[in-house]
Parts: sequence; structure tokens; C-alpha cells
Amino acid sequence: MPESVEIKVCMGTGGIAAGGSEVMKAFSEALSSAGIDASVQENCSMHNVGCRGFCARDVLVDVVIDGDKTTYQYIKPDMVERIVTEHIAGGRPVEEWTVTEEYHNFHEKQVKVVLSDCGEVDPEDIDSYIARGGYRATEKVLRGMTPEETINVIKDSGIRGRGGAGFPTGVKWEFARKAESGQKYIICNADEGDPGAFMDRSIIEGNPHAVIEGMIIGAYSIGADRGYVYIRAEYPLAVERLRLALGQARERKYLGSDIMGTGFEFDIKIKLGAGAFVCGEETALIASIEGQRGMPRAKPPFPVQKGLWGKPTVINNVETLANIPYIISRGADWFASFGTEKSRGTKVFALTGKVKNTGLIEVPMGISLRDIIYDIGGGMEGGNLKAVQTGGPSGGCIPGSMVDINVDFESLAEVGSIIGSGGMVVLDETDCMVNIAKFFLEFTQRESCGKCTPCRIGTKRLLEILDRITAGRGRPGDIELLEELGSDIKASSLCGLGQTAPNPVLSTIKYFRDEYEAHIHDKKCPAGVCKNLLSYEILEEFCKGCTMCARVCPASAITGEKKQVHRIVQEICIKCGACYETCKFNAIKKG
Amino acid sequence: MERELERIIQVYHDSEGNVISLLQDIQAEFGYIPQEAVAYVSERVGIPQSAFFGVATFYSQFYLKPRGKNIITACCGTACHVKGSDRLINSLRKELGIPEGEDTSEDGLFTVEDVACVGACSIAPVVIINREVHGKVSPDKLMKEIKRLKRESGA
Repeated sequence: MPESVEIKVCMGTGGIAAGGSEVMKAFSEALSSAGIDASVQENCSMHNVGCRGFCARDVLVDVVIDGDKTTYQYIKPDMVERIVTEHIAGGRPVEEWTVTEEYHNFHEKQVKVVLSDCGEVDPEDIDSYIARGGYRATEKVLRGMTPEETINVIKDSGIRGRGGAGFPTGVKWEFARKAESGQKYIICNADEGDPGAFMDRSIIEGNPHAVIEGMIIGAYSIGADRGYVYIRAEYPLAVERLRLALGQARERKYLGSDIMGTGFEFDIKIKLGAGAFVCGEETALIASIEGQRGMPRAKPPFPVQKGLWGKPTVINNVETLANIPYIISRGADWFASFGTEKSRGTKVFALTGKVKNTGLIEVPMGISLRDIIYDIGGGMEGGNLKAVQTGGPSGGCIPGSMVDINVDFESLAEVGSIIGSGGMVVLDETDCMVNIAKFFLEFTQRESCGKCTPCRIGTKRLLEILDRITAGRGRPGDIELLEELGSDIKASSLCGLGQTAPNPVLSTIKYFRDEYEAHIHDKKCPAGVCKNLLSYEILEEFCKGCTMCARVCPASAITGEKKQVHRIVQEICIKCGACYETCKFNAIKKG
Repeated sequence: MERELERIIQVYHDSEGNVISLLQDIQAEFGYIPQEAVAYVSERVGIPQSAFFGVATFYSQFYLKPRGKNIITACCGTACHVKGSDRLINSLRKELGIPEGEDTSEDGLFTVEDVACVGACSIAPVVIINREVHGKVSPDKLMKEIKRLKRESGA
């Protein structure tokens, strides 16, 4: 009989959406049913764990028997009984449901630092974190290191901010340390708003105490006694787990008036964002915590000099803070041994789009894009690699021909993109680059706070030009106009939002100019995305008259009897593409 | 209404930067931000109404009009966009008969809105139906859910 059985069910947002709670319930029911040996029941513990990255395979379940781990994928509640009887009680894993080689390949090239405990610790149980070495870094710092020594370790590690700008964290802390003031603050920026990035959500959902620990160490280093976590309200699960974690940390005296008996005082409040992307910008974030409209202001003075309520304030991103306890515990040299000379350590990316394995990955800085897409991502889903969009609305598109580029701060900047917060969307030939640029501009335009003219009006004009190009009304000279306007907006906007908003447009023009030209001059969308430049027709020789297309057509634009060739009435067709995707016989031509 | 508002005011009366928190709690209580509520709270805490409305109109999560009984939020992040979130939204609006420029159906049963990203990109396209996250949604799957909600609402 096994002495200990641990069942770990992935319960991040992805896991829950795939039915994680039901799987959890099925396990506890199956384990308490009469057929199971009482000693197995007694030795069995159930944990929900955070995201382990491979959400596409959810629900993922680990069954650990006496330290021997088996991972199951795509688990549904009705599969649980068999796992319990055959594996947990019988000792024989259900081989056909265990993870495949791809799962191992997905993890093999990754180097996990900040995610090392995600998927292992139970985020709702502080003891589970402590058992894996949690809060030892806090103890080491508070009991044995001066603030200056701590800052030096962080500086030596070479870690740069993971939120986008890549400013060296140790230097930021040093500025705040040296700022003279009776009151200082540390803020964790969890306003992760980049479409396509979700590492901050996963870290808080999977290992909230690492972030709290990072904040305690930061607060001690700069001399702050109050901290805030500014978090998106769109992340309800992360908020709930963070709230729970803060409560547990307070109970154990890791937060409060006399932390671990050292006399150091520090506590953290949660501030919920109210849905404004610009609040990820630090001065706008400060305005929002102060209860005002989240509008940025000119820098300097920088927040480390004059921040929240006019006091010196350090703002660090979630991923940056979650790295801190690991750096303290294992040393600056260990962290600096990963990555490149100027971009140290690892970075978490949200790998999504048209690759086989989508999910959250952590890789050493400087890894090639090829390794990410083909080894970790398992290659393209079906199409050919056209481009990779990195850095979200502030970033750019890297063409497929540059797939051997190294992914680090400098290399991406050289080709006109950025690491940003780590979104990485893989595109294939069915994605229109003009449409992608327009998509991001729609986003930045909508999120522009309106304070400075270049961003408020400039992005609007950029979007109008892109709108007319994709609608088939592009004019000669539009590309040059986009380039000129884009570089003006970059040069003259007040904050990072405006300064980077033209990047998606400029980088797609740089690498996919021919696609813009096709839209403007030939009135064609080569990728077949821009509706006004498309038409659908049914190829008579392939149509079997199965009626599927007519049934899915939302505009009732398809006519034809059963088993007869169907026809699309062009005047009614809204070009939604539903028929094209439904047809099993490739009888619908798009062009 | 006064009793609920007094309770909310008690919580935040003394803390700095309370405008957003007050609005968030008013909305949690009433489902939207009624004008009368702002007038009342403004008077009680001594912050002008303009400050409340300035903040309420700046952030996308504040609603000045009542919302539908069922809230359907379609994610329009990059991953969802390239996997066809546009089509989901169009078919939703058509099915529910929501006119251009509006977000709530006339019978008040459904509100359809979009969000920039819910951070569940690996299961794109994502739709949140009454706070429950649904991944890899197809128009078919979505319509089935809508029909179920309609039946449950007795429509």
C-alpha cells in the first residue's frame, strides 16, 4: 500500500474553464467510495495547484505516489474513477491517458525560475509554499542583510524589469533607497493589460506568496512600510488568491507591525483596477491608486523621487518581484548564469496563436525564436510561419525569415520589436499583417487617455488610414503617410503608450510592405482576411450538396437543394467565412 | 438606497483616494452607477459629483446604465482575434437583436461586451458567460449556451 498519495489538479483560469473543479470533486467522491482501501484514503491528499503552462492540455492532473509522479492530460470527471481504482488503489498508471512526448518536449527546453513552484505549490495554502523553501529569502534578508547588501545582490544579478521597459531593478531600488523621505511606498504592478500576455495572472494564481515575498524584500531594501498591489479586476481568481495569501502571511507574521520578530513593519493593500490599459504606465497607475482618472504625467520627477501621494515610490512588475526570493535564496551569480550579458536570467512568455503547443513558457534570455516555436511550441499548427508578434500593442512583428533571432532585450529592439511584457503570438499565412496592425491600433486608440495631442489625435488618424486601406479605399501615398505620422507620434507622445503605439504599424510596413501595397493598389488582401477585399464562391465540381454551408450561413445567402450544387448570392453575402470553415469538401473558394 | 450607501460610505470615509473604491462598491451593490447614488455620496463625503463622473467615464468598468441579467463578455485579445472573436461577437449581437451602438438587448436579458484580454490565450477564443470562462468557443457552442440561458430566463 502506498504511504503517501498526492493528487494535484491544475486550477488556474485555464484549468477551471476546462472543468478543473468537477475533476477535483470527482476525485474526492471516488476516493471516499466504499471500494477504496481506508489506508489509501487516509494517506491521500488533494491539492489544487496553479498553472503549469500547458493550458491547451487541461485538465492536467498529477498523481504522486510515494514521490513517483505521473501526469495525466485532458482529464474529464468520468475518467477519474478508473484512475483511482487502477492507479491509486491498484498501482498501475492508466498509460493511455498520461501525457505524451510532446508534453515533455514542451518542458524540456524551458528553464524555470519564477515558474518553478507554479503547478507544484497549492496557492491557497501558505504551508505548501513554506515546505518548498518559501519565506526563507525574507528571513535571510531581514535577519542577516542590510538594505544596501540586499540591493547589491539584486544589482549583481542583473535582473531588469519584466513589465516592458527593462529598467534594472537594483538600480531603481537604489534610487528609492537614497531618496530622503519619512514615507516611501512599493507598488506591485499587476495591471497586466497587454492583449496576449497572461504571465502575471498565472504567477499570482499559481504562487502568490513569491510576489508577496518580493515586495517584503523590496520594501525592506528601500525603506517602505506600505505596499500596494494594483491588479486588474478582470482577474477575479488572481485577486481572490492574493487576498487569501495576504491574510495567511499576516497570520504568520510575515506581514504586519513586527515581521518575524525583527521589528520591521510592512503591510500590503490590494487596489483593484477599473479597466484602463494606460494605468499600466507608472504615473497613471499612481493617479489611479490616488482615486483619480488614470492619466500619466511628464517625467521627471520619476516615481522613485515623487510617486504615490508625492512620496518616493518603487513600482515593480509581478514577474520581477516573483523572481526576487529566488535570487536572494540562490544568489546573484546563479541568476546571472542564465541569459545573455545584458539580459540576465529567464523570461516568461505567453506563447499563443498558430503553434501546436500554446501556453506559458519560461526560457533563458537569448534563446532563439526557432527553439521557442519548433521545440517548445511543437511547430506550426498547420500553416507556415509568417511572423511572430511580440510585445503586444507596444511591440512589433518579426518576420518568419528572422526565426533564428535571439530573444533578448537588445536583439528584439534592433529589429523594431520589444520583449514587452512577454506576449508572443505566432501568425501564419492566413493572418493579414495590415489587419494585425489595425487590430492593435484599435486597441491603443481606444485606450489612449486623451491627455496629449499626438497620441489622442495621432492614433485616431493612423487608425483611419488603416481602416480605409483594409476596406479597399487605400490611396497611393498612404504608406508614406503612416510612416511619417508614426514616427512623429513616437517622438512627441507623453507616455509609453503613445510612444510605442505606432510600433505595430511601422514594423509591419518594414517587413510586409508588399502586403500594404496589395491592399492599396491591387485591392487584394493576400491573406484573405479583409472582408471588403474578399469574395466567396462555391466550386461546382466539389460541392456535394450537403447543405452544411447553407445551415451555418448567418445571412441566409446560400441557396440550393439537398444533394444539388449550392450557390452564394453575392449581394446578400456578408463575407463572414462561416461557410468556408464548415465545408468538409473544400468546395468554397476564397479570393 | 440610503442605507446601502451609508454602509459603503462608512468603509471608505477616512481613506485617501476613495473615489474609485466608492464607485466600485456602488456598482457592486446596484449593478450599475445610478445618478442619484452619486449625488447622495458626493454630498456626504464632500467630493464634487464631477469628480465621480470624471472617474466613472474614464474607466471601462463603470456603467452608468443598468445592464442585462446575463452578461456575456467576449475576449478580443490578440490570440482570440486571430482565432475569430469578431465572428462570435457578430453572431451574438445578431442572435440577441442588439442594435448598433448599444450593448444590451431590449428585454434587458443580455448584455454583450468585449474585453481586451482575460489572459486565457491558450484556450482562445474565450467567452465569459456570467463570470464563467468558456474556452475554445465556436459560434455553435455559443448559440447553444444562449438558448439555454434564454430558456432559463423564461424568454
